[in-house]
Amino acid sequence: MTVSAPLTRAAWQHPLDGRVAIVTGGSRGIGAAISRLLAADGAAVAILGVAEDRERTDRLRASLDGVAQRVQFYEANVADHAQCESAVARVIAEHRRIDVLVNNAGITKDRTVLKMSVEEWNDVIAVDLSGPFFMIRAVLPHMVERSYGRIVNISSVVARTGNFGQANYTAAKAGLIGLTKTVALEAARAGITVNAVAPGFTMTEMVAAMPPAAVEAARRRTPEHRLAEPEEIARVVRFLVDEQSAFVTGATFDVNGGMFM
Amino acid sequence: MFSGRVAVVTGGTRGIGAAITESLAQAGAHVAAGYHKGKETAESIRERLKGVGGSVSCHQGRVDDFQDCKRVIDEVIAQFGRVDYLVNNAGITIDKTLRKMSAEDWQNVISVNLSGAFNMTKAVLEHMIERGAGRIVNISSVIGETGNIGQANYSASKAGLLGFTKSIALELANKGITANVVAPGFIATEMVASIPEAALAKVVEKIPQRRLGKPEEVARVVKFLLEDESGYITGAVYTVNGGLDM
Repeated sequence: MTVSAPLTRAAWQHPLDGRVAIVTGGSRGIGAAISRLLAADGAAVAILGVAEDRERTDRLRASLDGVAQRVQFYEANVADHAQCESAVARVIAEHRRIDVLVNNAGITKDRTVLKMSVEEWNDVIAVDLSGPFFMIRAVLPHMVERSYGRIVNISSVVARTGNFGQANYTAAKAGLIGLTKTVALEAARAGITVNAVAPGFTMTEMVAAMPPAAVEAARRRTPEHRLAEPEEIARVVRFLVDEQSAFVTGATFDVNGGMFM
Repeated sequence: MFSGRVAVVTGGTRGIGAAITESLAQAGAHVAAGYHKGKETAESIRERLKGVGGSVSCHQGRVDDFQDCKRVIDEVIAQFGRVDYLVNNAGITIDKTLRKMSAEDWQNVISVNLSGAFNMTKAVLEHMIERGAGRIVNISSVIGETGNIGQANYSASKAGLLGFTKSIALELANKGITANVVAPGFIATEMVASIPEAALAKVVEKIPQRRLGKPEEVARVVKFLLEDESGYITGAVYTVNGGLDM
């Protein structure tokens, strides 16, 4: 079955009705806010995550008034390219299309370089940088065939600033900006846009796991003197995956309360 | 969405500025559209946008003259009570290679494109600080990052806007005011239409998407940044260029 990309919608419909989105790590933190917003606007959302994210997805679904049926869980570890491919194949088999890919899954293993093991380096690079590559590789042939796609990679303010104890994470997130620009160039004539969103410090479990003194330092470092709410990041992603954002590609949209240094 | 809000858009009657005026008026705002020349064009956009939701007033002035900026801002506040949004969009080009560019060609473009943003921001700033709220968006250009043959003055003015925006974003971060840049690529406007056809074909060839942007595609990014919920976005540069800046 071939589905042509531009959907025709009645005015009363939600703007993302009929669209299918994959959100990696979409069951918690910024990812959950993204899943929630895309589902509220009509998209079917396929949350990709590891085994323990299944329960988190159930909890997220339980909190979604009336749109829970739009959210489904697909188990995959994004660090494993075969699992990415099989999850994408399952989404296509069940939904017949993928319009949006949000590479949001990320982990941290913070330690200064002096103490960082090779394994800690490799683990973070595998999930945060190779994961998006594997996912893009898995969805791109399908998007090219349909001449439509919106890909958003979640980078981070620390890609620009660096951050004490995060050599692995900052390298992965900066690498993601390079990946974004290159895929944007390669896919520009296929109706596919590829962009990055770079959040500042955001109120999530990941930040809650930081030592309180480090969170306070981050807050003070932020010119607006506050952390972001996940919804403030999600709405930028929502903006970029809109059909009308067609001329925005290869861009990195910062949402960081003014923290560039 | 913007009903009861007042926006000032410099150069708001033509090109990208007209699309911004239209999109904000449609969202319910009152838009005070500034223009320097072209009273008829200005009045026609005011007529055309009657009844779209918000409203439009046109204000003649020069952004390269601080006193004139002050006068227009005072006029807008007197007539409409407040200014929530300032969009520094007015811009000119005087293209010449550096060897042929006169000091006056340089000065005129810097005065309008860069000092104009300073003058307008300065004129409205106390008002925004007093109200503890405001959104400033400066329209830069992809050329501010890439440079362009024959545009030493224009590219310097547009790159200058990036530094200006980041500095004021820092100064205003704890005052409820955000300042951001939207950097368009080549957009189908009069300014781009003045590029000779052969040169324009070469430009399009360089754009990864192989097309010019539409003014509306820029206007929607500006509108997004002005929304209340965009409060955590400040000091940022949002590009809209079909992939060109690489």
